[in-house]
Amino acid sequence: MSLSTLTKPWEAMSYGFLDGSAKRELRRKILKSVAVPGCQMPYASREVPMARGWGTGGLQVSLTLVNPRTRVKVIDQGADDSVNAASIRRFIARVAGTPTTMDTLEADLIQSRHRIPEEILREDQVLVLQVPNPEPLRPVQPNMSIARQMHADADYGRMWLQLYEQIVRSGRVMQGASYPSLVHGRHVMTPSPIPRWDVPKLHMAKHLTILSAGREKRIFAVPPYTRVEPLVFSDVPYKVEEHGALTCTRSGTTGFFMNEIPQDDGTSSFEVSDSEWGVKTIRARDRDGESRGETWYKDGEMS
Amino acid sequence: MTLTLDAPRIVETRPLLEVHGVSKSYGPVQAVRDVSAHAYPGEVLGIVGESGSGKSTLLRMMNLEEIPETGSYTLDLADVSDNLFELDRFARRMLCATKIGIVYQNPHLGLLMKHSSSGNVAERLLVAGERSFATLRAAATEALDASEFPLDRLDAPPIELSGGMQQRVQLAKAIALEPALLLLDEPTTGLDVSVQALVLDTLKRLQQDRQITMVIVSHDLGVIRTLADRVMVMRRGEVVETGLADQIFQDPQHPYTQQLVHAKL
Repeated sequence: MSLSTLTKPWEAMSYGFLDGSAKRELRRKILKSVAVPGCQMPYASREVPMARGWGTGGLQVSLTLVNPRTRVKVIDQGADDSVNAASIRRFIARVAGTPTTMDTLEADLIQSRHRIPEEILREDQVLVLQVPNPEPLRPVQPNMSIARQMHADADYGRMWLQLYEQIVRSGRVMQGASYPSLVHGRHVMTPSPIPRWDVPKLHMAKHLTILSAGREKRIFAVPPYTRVEPLVFSDVPYKVEEHGALTCTRSGTTGFFMNEIPQDDGTSSFEVSDSEWGVKTIRARDRDGESRGETWYKDGEMS
Repeated sequence: MTLTLDAPRIVETRPLLEVHGVSKSYGPVQAVRDVSAHAYPGEVLGIVGESGSGKSTLLRMMNLEEIPETGSYTLDLADVSDNLFELDRFARRMLCATKIGIVYQNPHLGLLMKHSSSGNVAERLLVAGERSFATLRAAATEALDASEFPLDRLDAPPIELSGGMQQRVQLAKAIALEPALLLLDEPTTGLDVSVQALVLDTLKRLQQDRQITMVIVSHDLGVIRTLADRVMVMRRGEVVETGLADQIFQDPQHPYTQQLVHAKL
C-alpha cells in the first residue's frame, strides 16, 4: 500500500467548489439552525469568487447542499434572468454539474434574493435566502453583544417600540421589507429583505427555508411546518402590500406582487415580480397544457 | 360585668426597602463601605453628601445596575423576597421594569433621545409585555399627563425638548407602571431655579397622590428639605448620620453635617 493509493487523484478543485471542511462546517451549522428555528448560528464563512454582499452566504449553502441530480433555480428580486441570478446559476452548474431550471415546480433547490416564488413550495424543496443583515435587533440595539443577550432573554419589547414610532409618525407600520417575525414562538428573525407580501408564505410552510448571511457570518433556518408570526400590535393587524388588485401589463395576471414601472406621462404600469410566473401565464394563454402550480395568494388574498 | 380587652400590641410596618451592609469598590477606590438603609412604604428617603461620597453608587445598586461585593437587598413585595443582588439577569430585568422606576440626572441615560416622548414611556409597558397599541397610547398619555407634561408635545423626541421637559418624560416613564419604588438621582440638578421648583412641585404632588416610596439622592439640601421625610448623610462611602429631616436640619450632630447645613445657610 502506498500513499498514492490512499489519496484521491489530483483535481483542479473540490466538487461544488467548497472543500470538505467548509462543507462540514456549513452542514453542522445548518443542522444546528434547523434544530433551533430562527436562532442565528455563527459560522465560518468562506471566500467564494463573488464579492461579499452579493449572495455569498446563500451561495455557500447552495454549494453545500447540491449533488449532481439537484435541479437548481436562482432568483434575484423575483427574476431568473437578471445578471446576478444568471451568474450564480451558471457558477453552481459549472462547479457542481447540476441541471438548472427556471420553473419553480421543477426545482429542488431555490436560491433567492428578496422574493419567495408565488407558487407553493413542496416538502422536498429547499429555499435558500440571501441575507444582508441577519440581526433584527440592530436598529434598536447597535451593540451586538447586548443584542445576543436580548435574544437569549427573549427581550423583544423594543421591536414593538419601533412599530409604535412608525405608527405615531406615519399613521401606519412603514417597515416595507425584512419585517421582523417571531419564529416558533421564541426567536425574532429578520426574514431577509423579502417584502411584507412574502412573510405569510413562511408560516407553516411545507418547505425548509435556510437564511444565510455570508458577510455577517450568521445562518438561521425556518424548518417545515414552523410558525412564523410577523410582530404586530394586538389591535393593529398585519397588512401586506396592496397589490391584490393590480394587473401585470405583460402577462395579464392579477393578484400577485408587482414591480412598479414609472411611465413618461407620470403614471405607472405594473409587471409581475415573479418573472417565471409571468412567463407561465403567457404560455398558458398562448397554448393549452402549460401546468401552473397552486399559488399562495389566490385572487390577491393569502389562502 | 367583665370587660375583656385585647392584649396591647404594637402595629408594625415592615420597611419596603432594606439594604444591609453593602460595600463596593472600584479597584483601589472604596466607593461604598458597609452601608445599610431602609425606607418604609410611602416614605421619602433623602441621601445627601458631597460629590464622590458614594450616594449615586448606592442608588445604582438599589436599581440593580451594579452588584456590590457584600451585602443584601430586599424589597418587601408579594412575589419578591430573596436577596435581590443574587437574582439572575432575566429576573433582575423583569423586576427593574415592573417594580422600580428611576430618574437620572442626565436624561441621556434614561431616555431614547430620538424616539418620541410617548414612545419612551410606552417602552416601559412593552418590556412588561403590553402589546395593544391603544392601551400603550392611553397609558403613555396618562403618565405624561400625571407628570405635567404638555400633551401637545406628546410625540416630540426628547432631544427637541428643554431640560425640565426631559426630566418630566423620565418621570412619566418611571411611574408608568406604578412602581413600588421610585429612585431619583439628582433629578433637578442642572435645571434653572424656577424650573427646578416646578419639577419639585410635580414630585411632591405625585408623592402625595400615589404614596410611592421614594429614594432621592442630591447634593442640594433645598431639594432634600422639600421632599424628604428622613435623611441619610454620606461621606467617603460611609453613612455619617441618619435621622428625620427636621432633626438633621435643625439639630445636626455630626461635624460634617453641621458644616453642610451651615454652608447652606
